[in-house]
Amino acid sequence: MAAKKLGLKQRYALMTRGLDWETTYQPMDEVFPFDKFEGIKITDWSKWEDPFRLTMDNYWKFQAEKERKLYAVLDSFAQNNGQMGVSDAKYVNAIKLFLTGVSPLEYQAHRGFAHAGRHLRGVGPRVAAQMQSLDELRHVQTQVHTISQYNKYFDGFAEFRHMHDRVWYLSVPKSFFDDARSAGPFEYMVAIGFAFEYVLTNLLFVPFMSGAAYNGDMATVTFGFSAQSDESRHMTLGIEVIKFLLEQHPDNLPIVQKWVDKWFWRGHRVLGLVAMMMDYMLPKKVMSWKEAWEIYFTEAGGALFQDLERYGLRVPKYADVATAEAEHMSHQNWSIFYQYTHAAGFHTWLPSDEEMDWLSEKYPNTFDKYYRPRYEMWREMEKDGKRFYNNALPQLCTTCQIPMGYTEPGDPTTIAFRSSEYKGDRYHFCSDGCKDIFDNEPEKFSQSWLPVHQIFQGNCGGATVPDVLAWYNMNVGADNMDQAGSPDQKIWDAWKTKQEKVAG
Amino acid sequence: MTVELRTMSLEPRRHTFGHIARRKGADVPASRYEEGTLDLQATDNFHYKPLWEPEYWVYDTRKTAVVMKDWYDLKDPRQYYYATYNIARANMQQAVERTFSFVEKRAMLDGLDADWREKIIDTLLPMRHVAWGANMNMTNICDRGYGTAVTAPSQFAAMDHLGMAQIISRIGLALDGNSGESLDTAKTAWMDAPHWQDMRHMVEDTLVVKDWFEQYVAQALVIDAVTHAFAFDIMDSAGQTKGGAPISMMTEFMVEWRAEQTRWVDAVIKTAAAESDANRALISGWAKGWLSRAVDAVKPLCAHVVGDASAVSSIEAELSARFAKLGLAL
Repeated sequence: MAAKKLGLKQRYALMTRGLDWETTYQPMDEVFPFDKFEGIKITDWSKWEDPFRLTMDNYWKFQAEKERKLYAVLDSFAQNNGQMGVSDAKYVNAIKLFLTGVSPLEYQAHRGFAHAGRHLRGVGPRVAAQMQSLDELRHVQTQVHTISQYNKYFDGFAEFRHMHDRVWYLSVPKSFFDDARSAGPFEYMVAIGFAFEYVLTNLLFVPFMSGAAYNGDMATVTFGFSAQSDESRHMTLGIEVIKFLLEQHPDNLPIVQKWVDKWFWRGHRVLGLVAMMMDYMLPKKVMSWKEAWEIYFTEAGGALFQDLERYGLRVPKYADVATAEAEHMSHQNWSIFYQYTHAAGFHTWLPSDEEMDWLSEKYPNTFDKYYRPRYEMWREMEKDGKRFYNNALPQLCTTCQIPMGYTEPGDPTTIAFRSSEYKGDRYHFCSDGCKDIFDNEPEKFSQSWLPVHQIFQGNCGGATVPDVLAWYNMNVGADNMDQAGSPDQKIWDAWKTKQEKVAG
Repeated sequence: MTVELRTMSLEPRRHTFGHIARRKGADVPASRYEEGTLDLQATDNFHYKPLWEPEYWVYDTRKTAVVMKDWYDLKDPRQYYYATYNIARANMQQAVERTFSFVEKRAMLDGLDADWREKIIDTLLPMRHVAWGANMNMTNICDRGYGTAVTAPSQFAAMDHLGMAQIISRIGLALDGNSGESLDTAKTAWMDAPHWQDMRHMVEDTLVVKDWFEQYVAQALVIDAVTHAFAFDIMDSAGQTKGGAPISMMTEFMVEWRAEQTRWVDAVIKTAAAESDANRALISGWAKGWLSRAVDAVKPLCAHVVGDASAVSSIEAELSARFAKLGLAL
C-alpha cells in the first residue's frame, strides 16, 4: 500500500494526540486533581494548537547537536583560560549575580513544568510543558557547567546553592519562583510561561547574554546562543497558553487579567537586579536599562498587548509606574548594594567618571539631579577613609522582599511606604503594585520568609552580621566587599601583568 | 617524540562548588554529572505553602514514606545529565531511523501473517497508552520527588516513554499507510477489549498513587519490566514464525533502553532498600503487591497473543530473582 505523505502537523497529531484517554477505572478529577480549583474553565482541550509539533525523535536530534557544539566550546574555553579573556574583572560580578540569582530559577522552572506537564488535562499542553521541563534542566545544568570554570578562579560562585536559599537579596528571585510554584498549574503557566518567558525574557535572559557578548565572555554567550531556540519555543508556548485560556471561556478573562497584573509587577521587581547589572556592572555596556525597557516592554510589550486586546486583556496594571521607575530603579538598587557590600555575594564599586557621564547621557532626567551627587559624596567619603556602610538591617517589602529603598512615583526624594493589616499584623510594601498583590492573597504572602525578620527572630545563625554571614557560607573578605582590593582583583592584575611580560 | 605546546598556566583556586566539595573533599575535581546534579534542588526556607497541597512544601521529604538520610545517595550509574542523556538517545534514535527506512523500503511489513498483523494492532500498538501512563508517572515523580539525583533521571525516563510511545505509533502508521486507522483500532482495544482491561485498570490506579516512591516502584521497577518483557520478549519471539522479524527490528530501541534503564532503577532501589529495614520492608511490600498485579494484568494479553498465559510465569520468576538481588524480601 502506498503510504500517504504526512505533514508535520498531522504526523505530530497522530504520534501524540491520541495517546491519552478518558480514564474510567479512576475518575478524571482524581487523575487531574489540580486543574479546577483556580476557577479556569476549559471546555475543549483539543482546541489547543500545538505550537511546536515536536516529536521526541526530533527533540533528541536537535538538542544533542546543540549540546555537542556547546560543550566543545566550553572545553576549549576552559583549556584556554577563557575566564581571563573578559573585558575586566568587574564583569565577573555580573555572572555571579546570574549563577546565584537566575540559574536556581531555571531549576525551579524545570520542576514547575514537570508539575504542569503532569497536571494539565490536555495532552498537547502537557507534552509541551514536559519538553520545557527538560529544556529548563538543560539551562540550569549548562549554566552551572559554563560558570564552573569561573568558579575555579574567582570568588562569589562557590556557594550559589547554599546562598540562594538564605541570602537576603536572593530571596527576591527565590520568592518570585516559590510564588509561581505554589500556585495552581494555570497560574504557573501564565506566571512563568507568559509573563516571564514571553513578556519579560528579553529583559532578563537577553541582557545577561548580550552583556556576555559585549564583554568577551565566550562561554556564556555561546550558552546564550545555544539556548535561543529553546527560549523561542518557550515564548511560543507562553503566548499559546494565554490565547487558549482566553478563547476557552469568557469567565477566564478576569482571572487571567489578575495574574497578568500580578506577574508583570512581580517580574518587574525581580528585573531590578538586571537593571543594575546593565547600568553598573558591565564594564562594556550594551544599552541602558531605560533603553531596554523602552524597546522590550514599551514597544514590544505594547504591540503584544494591542494584539491581545481582542480578547479583552489590557496592559498590566501599573505598567505606567514601571515605565516611570525605569528612570530610577538601577540607581536605587546599586545604591542599596553599595551600602550593604559587606553582606553581598559579589563586589561593588562606585561608577568612574566615564561611567557617570554615560549614565548622565542615558538618564538625562534623573542621573545628574538625584544620583550623581550621591555617588560623588560617597567618593569623597571613600577618599577620607570613611567609606559608607549601612549597618542597620533594612525594612523589606513583604511581597517583593526588596529593601524599602524605592521612591514615590513622581517624587524621587521620598521613600514610598504602603502597608496593610491582616489578622492583626501590619505588613509593609514598597509600592502600590506590591500592596495589591498582598491584598489579593494575604494568606499566601503573610507566610513570606523575610530575611530581615528571620535574622531578628534568630533563625539565621546569630544576632550579629558576622554570624549571619557565616550562616550564608560567605567567605568574608573574598566574596563580599568592594572590587578594589579583593582577591579577584589581585588575581586579575597578576594575570594581566604576566600577560604583558609575555607580550614583552 | 612528543609535541609540547607552551601555554600560560594559571593555578585554580578551587576545584568545584562548596556543596560538592563538602561531599567529596575540597581537593578533588567534580564531574559534570556531579556539578549538574548534586544539591541542585532547593532545600530550605521556602516562602509559601502550595495552594494545591498546603500540607507539604513544594519540595518535601514527607511526600514518601521512604526515608533517606541523604537523597543524593540515589545516584544514577549512567551519570546522565541533560547533554549526555540527549546524545545517548539521539544515537539510539538514529538506529531507529535506519531501521524504519530499511523496513519500509523493502515493504517488510507486508510479510506479516494476517492474524499476526491483527495481534500487532490490538496488542502491541496499545502499548503506546501504557507508555503514556508511564510518561505521566515518571513526570509526576520528577514533580513530587526529592533531590535532583532521582528526579532528573525520572524526567529523562518520562521522555523516553513518550519517545517509545511514538515509535510504536510509527509502527502503526507504517502498517496502515499513515491513515492512523490502526492507532484508532488499538485505542478501541485499549479502552474496550477484555484482554486489555486489567492492564488499563492497573495503569489508571498507578496514576493516583500519592507516595512518589511507591509510584516509582510500581512504574519503573515493576510495570516497565513486566510489560516490556511481555511485549518485546514473549510476544516478539512468538512473532518470529509469523513474519514478525521487522517488528523486532523496529522495537530494538526498547530492548536497548530496558537494559540501560534497569541499571539505573536497580541502583536506586538497591540503595534505598539498603538504607534501613523500614525502607526495605516498605519497598518490598510495594514491589510484591505491584508485581502480582502486573503479572495478573499481563496474563490476558499473553493468552490473547500466544494462546495461554503460562509464559508469564517466567517473567515473574526472573523479576523475583532480580528483586531478591536488590535486597528486597518478597
